[in-house]
Amino acid sequence: MTLSYHGRAKVFLEEIGAEDFSVVLVKTRNNVFKGVLLPRPLTEDDKHIVLKLNNGYNIGVRIDKVEEIKLLGQKARKVISPSEIIKAEEYADVSIIGTGGTIASRVDYVTGAVYPQFSASELLSRYPEVEKIGKIKTVPLLNIFSEDMRPTYWREIAESVARELNSGVKGVVITHGTDTMHFTSAALSFMLRNLTGPVVLTGAQRSPDRGSTDAYLNFLSAVKVAAQSDLGEVVIVMHQTPSDTYCAIHRGTKVRKMHTSRRDAFLSVNSHILGIVNLKEMIMFSSYSRKAGEGEVEVNTKLEEKVALIYAYPGVDPDVIDFYVDKGYRGLVVAGTGLGHTPEYIMKSLKRALENDVTIVVTSQCLFGRVNMKVYRRGRELLKIGVIPGEDMLPEVAYVKLMFALGNYTEKSEVTGFMRRNIAGELTSSLSLRLFPPTNQIYQGV
Amino acid sequence: MPLDYAKLGLKVGLEWHQRLKTHKLFCNCPSKLKREEGKVKLERKLYLSESELGEIDPAAEFEKIRNRTFIYHVFRDVNCEVEADESPPLDLNKEALEIALTISLMLNMQPVDEIHVMRKIVIDGSNTSGFQRTALVALGTNKSIVQTTSGSVKLETLTLEEESAFIVKTTPSLAEYKLDRLGMPLIEVATASDIKTPEQAREVAEKIGMIFRSTRKVQRGLGTIRQDINVSIKGGARQEIKGVQKLELIPLILKNEVKRQLTLIKIKNELKKRMVREKDIKNNVYDVTEVFRETHSRVLKKQVEKGGVILAAMLPGFKGLLKQEIQTNKTFGYELATYAKVFGDVKGIFHTDELPGYGVTEEELKKIKKILPCKEKDAVVIVAGKREKAEKALKAVIKRVKMALNGVPSESRRPLEDGTTEFMRPLPGPSRMYPETDIPPIQINEGLIKKAKRKLPPQPEEIIGQLVKKHNLTYETAKELFIEDKDKVFEEIVEETKVDPKLVASTLLNTLKSLKRNGVDVKKIGKKELIDIFKAIREGMAAKEAIPNIIAFLAQHSDLTLNKALEKLDLVPISMEEAREIIDSIIKDNIHVLKRKREKAVKIVMGEAMKKLRGKMDGKEVYELVREAVESKLIGD
Ligand SMILES: [Zn+2]
Repeated sequence: MTLSYHGRAKVFLEEIGAEDFSVVLVKTRNNVFKGVLLPRPLTEDDKHIVLKLNNGYNIGVRIDKVEEIKLLGQKARKVISPSEIIKAEEYADVSIIGTGGTIASRVDYVTGAVYPQFSASELLSRYPEVEKIGKIKTVPLLNIFSEDMRPTYWREIAESVARELNSGVKGVVITHGTDTMHFTSAALSFMLRNLTGPVVLTGAQRSPDRGSTDAYLNFLSAVKVAAQSDLGEVVIVMHQTPSDTYCAIHRGTKVRKMHTSRRDAFLSVNSHILGIVNLKEMIMFSSYSRKAGEGEVEVNTKLEEKVALIYAYPGVDPDVIDFYVDKGYRGLVVAGTGLGHTPEYIMKSLKRALENDVTIVVTSQCLFGRVNMKVYRRGRELLKIGVIPGEDMLPEVAYVKLMFALGNYTEKSEVTGFMRRNIAGELTSSLSLRLFPPTNQIYQGV
Repeated sequence: MPLDYAKLGLKVGLEWHQRLKTHKLFCNCPSKLKREEGKVKLERKLYLSESELGEIDPAAEFEKIRNRTFIYHVFRDVNCEVEADESPPLDLNKEALEIALTISLMLNMQPVDEIHVMRKIVIDGSNTSGFQRTALVALGTNKSIVQTTSGSVKLETLTLEEESAFIVKTTPSLAEYKLDRLGMPLIEVATASDIKTPEQAREVAEKIGMIFRSTRKVQRGLGTIRQDINVSIKGGARQEIKGVQKLELIPLILKNEVKRQLTLIKIKNELKKRMVREKDIKNNVYDVTEVFRETHSRVLKKQVEKGGVILAAMLPGFKGLLKQEIQTNKTFGYELATYAKVFGDVKGIFHTDELPGYGVTEEELKKIKKILPCKEKDAVVIVAGKREKAEKALKAVIKRVKMALNGVPSESRRPLEDGTTEFMRPLPGPSRMYPETDIPPIQINEGLIKKAKRKLPPQPEEIIGQLVKKHNLTYETAKELFIEDKDKVFEEIVEETKVDPKLVASTLLNTLKSLKRNGVDVKKIGKKELIDIFKAIREGMAAKEAIPNIIAFLAQHSDLTLNKALEKLDLVPISMEEAREIIDSIIKDNIHVLKRKREKAVKIVMGEAMKKLRGKMDGKEVYELVREAVESKLIGD
């Protein structure tokens, strides 16, 4: 029995023994309302109660104005069955690993309450077309918002992916909140070797409770890539444009969420997309890694978590760097300005960090293009004191890669060598003119 | 014979929709319509799973069958990410909320303490998000009443909501919308189903409309006001007639609807008499393309040439019923045809109540009747087109024919220009709403209400009454000035120029309108120009008869000053003496004719005189002078 009100409203409702979804009759000076008492988020004030009226509208009634309130009964609440897991023995083409996020939520239209849903049967009832693509099984692993993602969850996901692929499925789909999806895709790209099938992350920018959701095309396209492509990489599959026509397949180490809300928020940076896909077809464009023909997927989840990502900007305080060094951090990724620069006045702190055996990688906050630290004096000075240029890596990818490097190597030369070597498609030897501005990828047909 | 609506149990409820004159409800785009098509187009789908639609919802079912693609035209200057459903909504437009509160108070409705914006699911693609954002702003109390000459009507709810996108094109597989209109603020006021006659419905609509207008914050022009009419009669079924734009059509639409329901009930009873049962109506569809191989029917021939087929279905015992007129000039067969069009995207149907005809011969009919086979009392419906479409169309016809056994199906219907209505889709179930979680609740505190009360505009009747009293206008004129939002300009002109208020009113209401009809760009003539013109009239620089000419001339030559225009138009008034001279010379020049046609003399002279004096002197004065002159010059002989 719950009553999700606080303060005065709580006391007020407790007096008549009301709880969430009670049916109540409320009399004010001018009106009489009959309605279902809805839960009120704690972020709202304690002066109102929320009623769902018979005509479907919700209204808030100020408790000061209530002359009389009567408890009439209790609205039967929707029973949410625990997610059902299809047994592992059963044959499946694609495993769906759930981590939470918008794509896995649904709404109870009677009360407006949002609750998670992730059973295979729920996914099937929502996306019946999935059966035409392949047989799925679901692995509810986490239920978190993507802003709450942590490196330790990456490990859990990586292990789960390896387990699924090694159990014989053709591919894996990971449903994920969109905010940090590109961190996870980068982490998985480094942690998983010898992939025997596609590993596809997908999510939704518009929640599935609305008719216009992008989850439908994203999810089905992701399942299709997982079931039918010969990819041996970690990829993100999300809308290519604001239209529901195609999804783009992005390499997991070259992709970034570049818009707060649009369907096509994810863009490949310094890379062509690998292909496009929808329910009818899948067109693969450029060189991508094919899945391994034999052997098992190897998983290496060693990460050094004492790595930080910092931004260079006019006014940045060098104490920030000192703080990390004093805290025992082992790696720093600096999103530098332009070609990979930092202000002169923080050079001393950077130097001190390096002397304390902290590895520093410099990338660019321009995101597009490659750092080049030989053109200007500052760049050369940075190289001279021993920072590693991050080439055309995204700052976030360099951050994850450095965690992985420091988790696996102790020798400075090994770490440097690893950082400068292309491990999972994160470094590009040649940047085509058509990669920028990124709209070229769409309108020039890649 | 007039119908006894009370006896028929007529029940009508109105939903008045009015667009507001402020920027969009959940973004800062201007509420402006575009003439052209959008250069950028989005292609979308709407995904609704079975569980979301819940219990059987015929309208939803209908859309699901259609699994449609939606194309949206996006406009750079009046659309942003919000209308494209590419961004969460911004804060609710404060001005729109204030207008809604003002109208609530004017209608004696009680604003809610806290507004919760809801998402109302829409599945026809008219909103990019798949729902319409709507919020209940005020509720009716026992004081929220509209008085009419035939009793009072209660108001139930006032909601503030987003306008839908404008539909450009629709087929069963695709709908195309323009996003310029999407998101404009709209107020809906719903009455109880208290309305008992078609006339009363019009009266209620007019009264609510006037209240809206008194805020002077509402959009004007065709399409900015729309009524949805809920109507039923005893033994019939509830219909929703959606989007009536002209108030004057409401009574006619309701009369037609009552006739339609009565006739459908009659058809039901006739079918009962003929002992037609549902199981007699088979779903079988026959391919009769072969019969029409050599047909002279151009319609059918064209479809077959295009690779289509001709399908037929038998309606047992329906002979003669399809030609039954159920609305003015619309038969039951026409009703079936709309189902065929909507569900099957075909051009129409043929049926045996109208055949032979349209190039279809007796011989061909005989062959079909043999194939089906059917008896004397049966009717046959024929549809031509691509097989898939024709089949869908014919199945829809059969479905509708089965409904005829139960009388009147509940539908959403579209009003047509002639006051009849046409099937749009089955009546949707109760609307599904859930909270718009992107917008926190909005408290309506006492301060906000006090502020609205302080700025409350006078009631329409008050405004009209004052116009009548102060300017000695008729009630009708004053009301028209108010309804057309010209009362303020009117008062300013009268105040400034001190010309006869009636002249100002008739210029504003009649002259400008008729000039506009004749293609004059009257928008160029604003308050300032009108004041100048009226001043010139007051000064005697031009006669009031010249007003239309002056306006038309100025509209065309907006670079000229009024004085120059008067000069060019040669409208400087002349004296009585000059006028007498002109009239005398006309009589002199035409003396022979006038003597021959003595009884028509005044008319002839008047015609000639007006050619020379129009715009320089009042017509009545000219007439007096002419009559005087004719009498003295001719009668004297
Ligand atoms: Zn906008």
